[in-house]
Formats: sequence, structure tokens, C-alpha cells
Amino acid sequence: MSLMMLSRVAERVYWMARYLERAENTARMVKVYANLLLDLPRGVDLSWYTLVDINDSSEAFSERYKNRDERNVIKFMLADDTNGSSMLSSLKMARENARTCRDVIPADTWEMVNELKLFAEDNMQQGLNRGHRNQYLNNILKACHQFSGLFANSMNKDAASEFIRLGRTLERADMATRIMDAGAAVVMSAEDASTNISQIVWGNVLRSLDAYQPYLRKERAPVNGAGVTRFLLADKEYPRTVMFSMSRLAHAISRLPHGTDARKIALAIERQIVRYDGYDVLGENFREFMNEIQLELAKLHNCFAETWFLLEPATAD
Amino acid sequence: MRKKGIDWKTYPCGEYYDELITPSGNARLAARQLANHLASQTPEELETRQETAEATIRQMGISFTVYTEEGNIDRAWPFDIIPRTILAKQWRVTAEGLKQRLRALNMFINDLYHKQDVIKDGVIPEHILTQSKNFRPECVGVSPPFGVWAHVCGTDLVRDDDGKFYVLEDNLRVPSGVSYMLENRAITKRVLPELFENEHILPVDDYAARLFATLAALSPRRIKRPEIVVLTPGIYNSAYFEHSYLAQQMGVELVEGSDLVVGDDDCVYMRTISGMDRVDVIYRRIDDLFLDPEVFDKDSVLGVSGLMRAWQAGNVALANAPGAGVADDKVVYAYVPDIIRYYLNEDPLIANVETYLCHDDEQRAYVLANLDKLVVKPANESGGYGMMIGPHASKAERARFAKLIEGNPRNYIAQQTLKLSTVPTLVGHGAIEPRHLDLRPFVLQAKELYVTTGGLTRVALRKGSLVVNSSQGGGSKDTWIVDR
Repeated sequence: MSLMMLSRVAERVYWMARYLERAENTARMVKVYANLLLDLPRGVDLSWYTLVDINDSSEAFSERYKNRDERNVIKFMLADDTNGSSMLSSLKMARENARTCRDVIPADTWEMVNELKLFAEDNMQQGLNRGHRNQYLNNILKACHQFSGLFANSMNKDAASEFIRLGRTLERADMATRIMDAGAAVVMSAEDASTNISQIVWGNVLRSLDAYQPYLRKERAPVNGAGVTRFLLADKEYPRTVMFSMSRLAHAISRLPHGTDARKIALAIERQIVRYDGYDVLGENFREFMNEIQLELAKLHNCFAETWFLLEPATAD
Repeated sequence: MRKKGIDWKTYPCGEYYDELITPSGNARLAARQLANHLASQTPEELETRQETAEATIRQMGISFTVYTEEGNIDRAWPFDIIPRTILAKQWRVTAEGLKQRLRALNMFINDLYHKQDVIKDGVIPEHILTQSKNFRPECVGVSPPFGVWAHVCGTDLVRDDDGKFYVLEDNLRVPSGVSYMLENRAITKRVLPELFENEHILPVDDYAARLFATLAALSPRRIKRPEIVVLTPGIYNSAYFEHSYLAQQMGVELVEGSDLVVGDDDCVYMRTISGMDRVDVIYRRIDDLFLDPEVFDKDSVLGVSGLMRAWQAGNVALANAPGAGVADDKVVYAYVPDIIRYYLNEDPLIANVETYLCHDDEQRAYVLANLDKLVVKPANESGGYGMMIGPHASKAERARFAKLIEGNPRNYIAQQTLKLSTVPTLVGHGAIEPRHLDLRPFVLQAKELYVTTGGLTRVALRKGSLVVNSSQGGGSKDTWIVDR
């Protein structure tokens, strides 16, 4: 494998992949959420604002908006420039990063990300409008899938390809823990945590990670909190689970130079998940565990930065 | 073919040479199929194609950056779908002329940094050298491979009303535009695919491979895969799109100054994920004065400390070599025909535009007396800045230029206002009118010489305008070298 890659370019490729993954996850989350709200019985205290919480963005939100209503949350999540994690911000950042690493990614990537950003921007009104939102978000999601195809099939399996994998997979694992965390919070806060509500919420957690069908096929069991969280954390065969992400990360890292430290962290997260057995009671303990994994993932990112991105190797070797 | 679009008999060529249409309203040989095709299209159909082209440009993200007071704007590349055509037979002669010119210019630059025979033999006056803004004393005595300093040259050609090509200027520093030449072809293939089936239009897309070969030939290390990089000032440079495009097309790294470092061994390295990697050839797209803060502009953050040391030691090749710009000077330009005769003992195959040198008393007097007829240009500007087009200038502007010339005669030249040729161009709602244009072919030289098939055609989109620069309202067109 060609290991020739500029540190600066490696960082940009990595962030391009992270932002693309983030845009996709945000689009899917909004889409699933709109459905979820239609299904919940009256009296369940679930608001659009949960989406803001999932992304740890309440501060940024309150700077811009007073009303925590649907219109504002959707705007904040999809279109807002001041929200660095909004779908549009993510697409813009993906585009900026792609623009500065065009020489190492498939030629069509730039054209597609450019097109996608223009589409998202030009048709944003559809996204904000209830009647057209689903179609709009589906279009975005389809475009996001195209990138995976392009990276998988039209690219040398070289360092750039591994950095794409690192960015995408880390973002994905992080998002999975956030969505599970939010699911647990919603179920806990429901006045009457009947089986019915729990089932609706966990079903939608699965959908938010595109995991509904894979879960059913694999588990051949009804949707319930313990089953869903165990699947999304520990399943080794579905690509959006935390476990799968970690083994993929470890593999990508092993193909890059100087990756010993990063690999150790990824493997440590795997072990934590293997040892965890708190699926039956999804309360504060579970949320605490999600939080721990998020911190470990942040540590992993810092390790990537130190190993490959920082421009400080002062001596020639 | 049924005529439902433009009737070329009514096309107003005026007093200019039109690239596609003769004064009697017939298509020139190379443009026959194209003219028929255009005539068979309704204005609505043409308008739709133009819109498709513009949408394509936006999708492909072909852009250039314009500096304004409100900040930098990334603008879509302005493009007109009607190509300009040149007969292959005529192009071959022109290409030979371009090679001849660059060969002589490189011998001239090499001479200036060594024995300076050209001055001793009285071909050019010494003050041209002593007062040159682009002569770099740091380069004296350096011998780059093959004695070649300008490896990539963008030569601006214009056609006068006599139908002949003239050289308007030689861009030997960091000429840009070649990526747009390549993209223009890509767009045209998408928008007018049917024409490519029936016409033998010579391909342009070997440029990147030729550029790569040119750069590889310069490598100081005789290794199988020399490390070549494109050095860009970064994303805010107006030509960043091109830097990135070329790096990608050649499959080499696009680097910024901060990616490179010169080691104690006077070799250049780049910072990579696996450590430091030796660089052999740098296709630099930043100006001389920003290359190395140790030697030139101390505040430059775009360059690399020690780069000149590494180059002087022969440990890295720079293309174009520092100091090559000494020949990219409008005063030197006036002497190029003599330079060609002096070094090659050949007559120039392509003529210069008649040029008056303001440092010469007699010529200056003529210029000052005829400011309303002439184009005045500063010797060292590019991009169409700082010039005056006499017939279009106000009295006050002419007076201002008279003062500038008298204050610093060495810095100004004047040329006859050319009757720049025209080409049919869409001007809105599918209507077609003539617009002025020029042509920038790109010439490569290392061990061998290469000329692009055609070049970048730039067109002044405003009626009557002679300014083709994209930063000042110019657009571009695909250039077809047609073999018939």
C-alpha cells in the first residue's frame, strides 16, 4: 500500500468523511423523528428539542432561538449556519475539505459533493416544509449512499481510503452512542413507560441507524430496549454498530504507519463492550456507559491527530 | 440542412477577421459543420444548451476566485458553448513557431544568468537587464537541467484583421488557464456530443501526461519514480482550482509551503503520515518573491525557508525556475524576434505585435503624440491590469498615462491597437453576435518541447470590449483544432 500521504491531506480526507457521515446521520435522524412523533400517544413528553440534546447543541440553539418548536429545531438541525453540526454546515464542511484534497479522492467525489451541497441548499424549503420533507431527506440520503459506493469501488485501498474509513467509522460509532443515549432518556422520561412506548422509541432508534431490518433478521425477536441496545453496541456483523465500527477502525489503523497507540484504544473500547452486561435496565447506568464510550472515542480522535495530522515531525528520518 | 436558426449571411463580421465566418457570410473550412449545426438550431435550443453547460460547470465545481472588497468570491467559470475552430494545417505551423520562441527564450534566460553574450554582442541594451524587476541576482551561475528555465509557458496569441496570428505576450512566470482549456473540452463534449461524431477534432487531454513527463525529466535523482509536487499558495488563490486539478490529473501531491521543509542536508522534504519524504521536483505556482523567506520576502508564509539553497545545490528542481520571469517583460518582448535570430539563426515563425519602447526617445515621442491610437502597457504587470487602451480612454486618462510614461519610460511600452479577431458568441436568448477573443496555448520544455493542441480561448463577453481576462468580464470557449 502506498503510504505517501501528506499529513495535512490526511486530516482533510478524514474530516471530509466525518462530515459526510454526520450529514447523513442528521438527515436520517430528522426523517425518523418526524415519523416517531406521529406515532407517539398523547401525554408522552417528547419534543423535537430532543434532537438538539442528542447533538449536545443546546447552548448554540438557545443563542439563536427562544421557541423550541418543530420549525426552529428543524431549521437548526438542517439549515442553520451557526450550528456546526447542521446538515447543511456538515455538507459545506465536507465540500471544503473535499475541495482541498481532490487529488487523493475519486474525481467524481468533488463533483458529487458539490452537487449535493447545491441541492441541499437550493431545495432547503422542501426540507423545512412538512409535506415535502420526507422526499427531500430521502434524496439527500440516497446521495450520501453514493459516496460509500464511490469510495468502496473507485478508489485504491491506500492511505486515503483508510483515512476515509477512520473518519466515517468514528463519526458513526459516536452517533450510535448518542442516539441510544437519547432513546434511553426518552423512555425514562415517559410518564407511563408502557411496553408500547418503549417499543416505538427503540424501533425508531433502530431506524435512525438504518438498522431496523438488519436487527429483525438477525435477532428474530420483537423490538425491545435490551435487544436493541445489545445489537447496536455489540453486534459484530452490522456495519453501523459500535462493535463493528471498532473492529473496522482497528483494521484500518493497522494498515497505517505508527498506529500502535490508536489501535490499543480501539481494542480497549471493544473489550469494554464485551464486558458490559447492563442491557436489562436502561437507566442512568446505561447513559453513563454511553458517555464513557463517547469520551473514549474523543480520546481516539486525539490520538489520530497526534499520530498523523499534526505538522510537527521536525527531524528527517 | 433545414435552416431555422441563424442565417450567417446576416452575421455582422464588420471590419474584423471572424474565426468562423468569412465576410461574405460563408463558414470557413474548419467551421463548416459547426456553422451548419448552429444554423439548424433554434435560439431556444441554443439557449437550452447554454443553460446545460452552465449547470454542468456549477456541478463540476469549475470556478475561479475573484477578489473584491467584500471578500473573495468563488465564481462559476464563464463559458460560451460555441467553439472557436482552427484548421489543423495552420495550427501545426503556429505550434512550430511557439516551440521556436520558447527555445530561444530559454537560451536567452540561461545566457543572462551566465555569460550575458546577448548584451556583449549588442543584441539588447544593458539597461534592460540592470533595470529589470524580474532579474534575480540569486540565480546567477545556476545551471538548471537542459539549460531550461521556463518549463511551462503560456503564450498569448491574437489574430489581426489580416488573419495572421501575432504573439501578444509571453507568460513565463506562473501562467495559468490550462485546466480551463481541459475543462472547456469536457463541457463541450457533454453539451454538443453530436459534433464530435462527424468531425475530426483533435484531442487535448494529453496535457497532464506531458506536463508530468516534463517535470519528471527534471528530477535530480535518477530514480524510477521521482517525487513530484505542485506547490500552491492555498485555497484562496485565484488559480487554486487549477493547482488542485493538475495535481489530481498527474497523480501527484498538492502541497502548501507548510507541508515542506528543507533539511540540514539542503534537500526538500514533505511532512507525511509516515514521516519525512524527499521531494525531487516542485511545480511551483507561487511567485518568485514568495518562494523562500530566507532569500526573498521575509514575511512570506507561502514559501519554504531554505528552498533557494536546495535549488542552488541542485537537490530539487523548480519549475519554472526562479528568475525565469526576466524574459517575461514587455520590453524584452519587443526584442524577442532579434533574440530568436541571435540564438537560433532562424527567422521568427510568428510575428510580434508592432511595439514601441518608451525608453527610446524617438519612439517615446511617437507614443506620446499618438496616445489616442495606441495601447499602453506597463512592462511587468499581468492580467490586463495597469494598461490603457487609447481609443477607449478619456482625455484625463491619456494625460495621466503621458505623465506615467515620462516619469518611468523603461516601464512602458505601446502597441498599435489591434483589430482583434471575433467569433460568434451567444449573447442571451440564443442570439449570436461577434465578440473579440485571443488564444493562450501552453508550451512545455524540458528535454523535449510540447505545445497544447490549440489552447485556452478567452473571449470578451461585453460588446466591443477587447479585455478577455476572466477577472474583468471575460469568458472562454472550447478551441477546436479541426483536421480535414
